[in-house]
Amino acid sequence: MTHATADTNLPRHFSTYLYRHGTLYLLLLLTPPLLWFGIVYLGSLFALLIQSFYTFDDFSMTVLPRFTLKNYQGLFAAANLDIVLRTFSMAASVSVFCACLGFPIAYYMARYATGWQRGFFYIAVLLPMWASYIVKAYSWTVILAKGGIVYWFIDKAGLTPLIEALLDIPFLGGNTLSTSHLGRFLVFSYIWLPFMILPIQASIERINPNLLAASADLGARPSQTFTTVLLPLATPGVIAGSIFTFCLTFGDFIIPTLVGPSGLFIGTMVYTQQGAIGNIPMAAAFTVVPIIVIGLYLIFAKRMGAFDAL
Amino acid sequence: MRIPESNFALTVLISSALTLSVLLQPAQAADPTGEGTLSIVAWPGYIERGETDKAYDWVTEFEGATGCKVTVKTAGTSDEMVSLMNQGSYDLVTASGDASLRLIAGKKVQSIDIAKIPSWKRLDERLQNAPWHTVNGVHYGVPFVWGPNVLMYNSAVFPTAPTSWAVVFEPQNLPDGKANKGRVQAYDGAIYMADAALYLMTAKPELGIKDPYELNESQYQAVLDILRKQQPMIHRYWHDYNVQMSDFKNEGVVVSGAWPFQVNMLQAEKQPIASVVPQEGATGWADTTMMGASAKNPTCAYKWLEWSLSDKVQAPVSEWFGANPGVPEACKAKAPGGSDFCTSNGFNNFSQIKFWKTPQATCATHGTCVPYSRWTQDYIAIMGGR
Repeated sequence: MTHATADTNLPRHFSTYLYRHGTLYLLLLLTPPLLWFGIVYLGSLFALLIQSFYTFDDFSMTVLPRFTLKNYQGLFAAANLDIVLRTFSMAASVSVFCACLGFPIAYYMARYATGWQRGFFYIAVLLPMWASYIVKAYSWTVILAKGGIVYWFIDKAGLTPLIEALLDIPFLGGNTLSTSHLGRFLVFSYIWLPFMILPIQASIERINPNLLAASADLGARPSQTFTTVLLPLATPGVIAGSIFTFCLTFGDFIIPTLVGPSGLFIGTMVYTQQGAIGNIPMAAAFTVVPIIVIGLYLIFAKRMGAFDAL
Repeated sequence: MRIPESNFALTVLISSALTLSVLLQPAQAADPTGEGTLSIVAWPGYIERGETDKAYDWVTEFEGATGCKVTVKTAGTSDEMVSLMNQGSYDLVTASGDASLRLIAGKKVQSIDIAKIPSWKRLDERLQNAPWHTVNGVHYGVPFVWGPNVLMYNSAVFPTAPTSWAVVFEPQNLPDGKANKGRVQAYDGAIYMADAALYLMTAKPELGIKDPYELNESQYQAVLDILRKQQPMIHRYWHDYNVQMSDFKNEGVVVSGAWPFQVNMLQAEKQPIASVVPQEGATGWADTTMMGASAKNPTCAYKWLEWSLSDKVQAPVSEWFGANPGVPEACKAKAPGGSDFCTSNGFNNFSQIKFWKTPQATCATHGTCVPYSRWTQDYIAIMGGR
């Protein structure tokens, strides 16, 4: 019997040992995730950075491991700068639009929806994400097409001159809705909206309702309560959501190929550079752009105090 | 059916003998040196085993005769094919001309010993030494099938076929009296610059373009100019054949360069669509079956290369895909659909077609030419309105 007791005690001995040797315990616990983070995550990022300094030889169309800054200089060529600015302005406007659209929905979900309504809202927000993203992007090309439902509706409502005028505006329009910046903007906003609503909803839920009541009791107008109490406290959620929408738009390459006018995005540019001509250094240099832009954005958000409430 | 007791044993004996002989047959026929498997990277529709349509099957018989079990990995673009071959685990690839030279230069494919392919002599002589698979007299693949990039148009707008590529390159009114602006498309790939160069060969003979894939600096600038002029007229740079088909149906696009595949599909949907090879000729694709540099199943691969030239493959694949056979005699063979596929797919247009090949820095016509990497960068700028 004593023998058996010793056996069953083995895990206990082990845990006691670990308890006494705290460092070893921590090491065992952290090694797998640290290895994952260090090798798979930082390692690949580092490989990418190195690649972006390699030389691409135009004549043999091969990559040579000779260090150069030419790829980064190339980023500032007019055509390439266009791509960066085009992607940036789309990502920024999609984020702002999603925040404006998502905030009221998130507020209602957090403050007013109860019981079955809550479940309904969660499912309604998440439902579009159940379908494949490529299928949704494809279906938008049909929805926005000239023979599609949007044009039919506009035609029935007698708004055709309005939409024609809208499509003539530079940086907004295009030949038709499905080949315009506006159309691409709509699809991006549709696809990424859930990623904005959920973080905002979570942050509003954490705000103590008494704060809003106190603000009103002390004589603040609703708009003052919103700008001085609700919005600052909900900012971490808005920032978190905007990081999703911004990054996802910045790196996307499927929507730009299916909807919108000609002119590449960073994602499609990376795809073309590495896929069509094997210019991995240039593709890597382009990939560094979002990393820097998001980094700057995070620093800015921290300065704004976005993470103070976390 | 009830089998009488006395005959039962005999029936079992006969049927088991039959089963046995059926089982043994492939094993007997198989070359003892065959490896038993073969992996192929192919365009969708190139290697069919009757799974989409029972009548189109040219794999099962090959497997039965050689004992080489075929697995197919389909790829949608030339770039995807190149990156799959870079992985090095496939035996064969059906590469187009814009991929084949890259594969050869990257040493991803090996040279072919044509003595091991008895049917080589049946191949179209015009393809036997084609520059997209033959480098310094060495063959790096076996031609398979080919086809043109046709001018697809809406026959309701064009009562007679357009005669020139000018309809997509120059601003003009179409037969219905409305301008072509916003109703034409161009291909979203730098290889499309060759289409512009081909048009300029006739439109501006003073440039002296001999080969649309071999351009010197001044010819190249003229190509860039015409593409810049074309950009504002473009409805969309098409990339995905599904989107292009829907643009012809729903977006009011009436004329564009396209593959015969889209034309066949739209005609099957009873759309008013037709196609033509205009007076300037057309660019086209000629695909070559190439063997991976580290192919694990070379014996089976050679067996497939030989098989791929037989009428039993060439005729059905041409009809199925909308291509022309690499073996001219296959035109006389009967395809499962019974169509005259060589006529409908433009077999007689061969001389009018400038086949895709990757533009390279060293070239025969000028010595040095503008390489494909610059084509790509400049075409990106043009699509972006620069």
